[in-house]
Amino acid sequence: MIQVPTMADMIAAGEEPEVLFWVGCAGSYDERAQRVTQAFAKILTHCNIKFAVLGTEENCTGDPAKRAGNEFLFQMQAMMNIEVLNGYNIKKIVTACPHCFNTIKNEYPNLGGHYDVIHHTQLIQELIDAGKLKAENGESFKGKKITYHDPCYLGRANGVYEAPRKVLEVLDADLVEMKRCKQNGLCCGAGGAQMFKEPEKGKKDVNIERMDDVLETKAEVVAVGCPFCMTMMKDGVKHFEKEQEIEVLDIAEITARNNNLI
Amino acid sequence: MLAQIIFILALITAIIAFTISIKKIIRNINLGKDIDRTDHQPERWKNMLKVALGQSKMTARPVAGIMHILVYVGFIIINIEVLEIIIDGIFGTHRVFSFLGSFYNFLIASFEILALLVLLGVFVFLARRLVLQLKRFKGIEMTAWPKSDAIYILVIEVLLMSAFLTMNAADYKLQQAGVHHYTLAGSFPVSQFILPLLPTDINSLILIERFCWWFHILGILAFLNYLPFSKHFHIILAFPNTWYAKLAPKGEFNNMETVSHEVKAMLNPSYTPPAIDANNKFGAKDVQDLNWVQLMNAYTCTECGRCTSSCPANITGKLLSPRKIMMDTRDRMEEIGRNIDKHGKDYNDGKSLLDDYISREEIWACTTCNACVEACPVNIDPLSIILDLRRFAVMEESNVTGSLNAMFSNIENNGAPWKYSPADRFNWANKED
Repeated sequence: MIQVPTMADMIAAGEEPEVLFWVGCAGSYDERAQRVTQAFAKILTHCNIKFAVLGTEENCTGDPAKRAGNEFLFQMQAMMNIEVLNGYNIKKIVTACPHCFNTIKNEYPNLGGHYDVIHHTQLIQELIDAGKLKAENGESFKGKKITYHDPCYLGRANGVYEAPRKVLEVLDADLVEMKRCKQNGLCCGAGGAQMFKEPEKGKKDVNIERMDDVLETKAEVVAVGCPFCMTMMKDGVKHFEKEQEIEVLDIAEITARNNNLI
Repeated sequence: MLAQIIFILALITAIIAFTISIKKIIRNINLGKDIDRTDHQPERWKNMLKVALGQSKMTARPVAGIMHILVYVGFIIINIEVLEIIIDGIFGTHRVFSFLGSFYNFLIASFEILALLVLLGVFVFLARRLVLQLKRFKGIEMTAWPKSDAIYILVIEVLLMSAFLTMNAADYKLQQAGVHHYTLAGSFPVSQFILPLLPTDINSLILIERFCWWFHILGILAFLNYLPFSKHFHIILAFPNTWYAKLAPKGEFNNMETVSHEVKAMLNPSYTPPAIDANNKFGAKDVQDLNWVQLMNAYTCTECGRCTSSCPANITGKLLSPRKIMMDTRDRMEEIGRNIDKHGKDYNDGKSLLDDYISREEIWACTTCNACVEACPVNIDPLSIILDLRRFAVMEESNVTGSLNAMFSNIENNGAPWKYSPADRFNWANKED
């Protein structure tokens, strides 16, 4: 159990959060992603960040609808969300989902939603830089082979390549890059609403192709920063029956473990 | 005198023919919808200088990138020589810039070295296509014409550069022989090695020099007129294309204004949306529904295939190829252009970009990962076309797979793409981990 205040609670108490944690649908409902949400909430609590979530007032940002071509549905979602966010006078948003991050940051302003939006890996990096996260008392990742998979909507879409890597650097782990990384990173296969449909016919699934890159690095941990990538990489590991050798972890989970928060 | 008249006529004909072709291309590009891309001009100029002039994205693949820069720099700089050839041709002079003295020698010497480097680059390119048979140059869209187009361009470049060097060699030999009209000028670090291959007879030498001179310049004029029909047109359009390219983050997809009005009206009954054009479609079915920048993108594409070779869908054997999206868009535009020429501007051939050129299977295989956009050396955006086609399929036709429809209705009814109850959204906080 963690104490996570909602915006409604905060307002009722006459308080304002420093930052709103936008959990996202995967982070709210998907069992694996829920653990990432919890890890990140613990990091925020541990660092005494005054944050809140929307709780049941949160709604899909509309990202999958927009990428699938349903602009009506997207804008309906966007305008309703903006009404809620503006109603609470939200200024700053942090999210662990690059799809939510991209949509709120880039596509909401033109519909009336102007917020300072950051990805959770960026906030974690800031906390480390500020000395609020010491990388101590927890599980050591020292010397462990870790590779980071760039989410398309964080990397190519928004140019965030460094923050997640910097968070991993403090672990003193053995960081290895996949041959396709950063600008040339290969998609996990879930973006553009692919998460919600069967793939078109082809030689193989995209996450299986991506697993080849992972296996080549001989990494023990695949670090991800996106709940969709998490699902796809996890399935990829399972496909190759490597569950014993390779762990797929979100950067928030790695940080939380490293600081003995989970 | 006769030679001058022939030259001037050839030059005028070439320029007129080129202008006619360009006008057609501009007309075809203007089939697209209007879009304002004139904001942030300093950034646009910077992009053009960096990406088009500076070739900054080419070296992402070093071998092809460096060879391309050689051919590109050679091409641009050797054009100074073309200027001299044109002046000589009009006024019947010979090496009119030779008064520059030692600087002229330097110029000619550097042209020769560049010509050699261009030849090197072009031979590497030919080898990559004909001997190494790189996968990137294959694919369902690489049918007979795109393949031969590429080879024609390379062969023409070999011929033009060879003519230039042979011309210089013959000229040099005539200069050494002190033949009238062949003023002692220039420095020939490359073509001097061709000298032993040439005859010693003065008349033959003059014939070779003249033939190469005419072949070189007529070849250039012919090549100029080949451009608008070829993928090689990128040498011109790369510049406006990078200038007008999207500046927003790659992940930002445009919010459709027509939709905004309707959604506002739905959420707020007192909001009156402005009247919309009856012909307005949501999304794109044909090239006229795309904007002119997307259409210019299609004419700019040189079919290098960097997009396709980095596309996750294509890599894993799906039908989608971003290069094909661009080539199809261009082919369809050309088809409509020919229809306008033949049957007038209101002619409807009953075909469309979606289905007759690009299939549903292709557009739905896209993960919108932006790898194609990132890979394009001239900032073409195939993804925006894929999205507009999807928008048409969804919003005009409601023609999507059941699972996507389920996702839509989940979002609409539960506020999440999965079928979970909104009341359970906050349950994660009460779970033990």
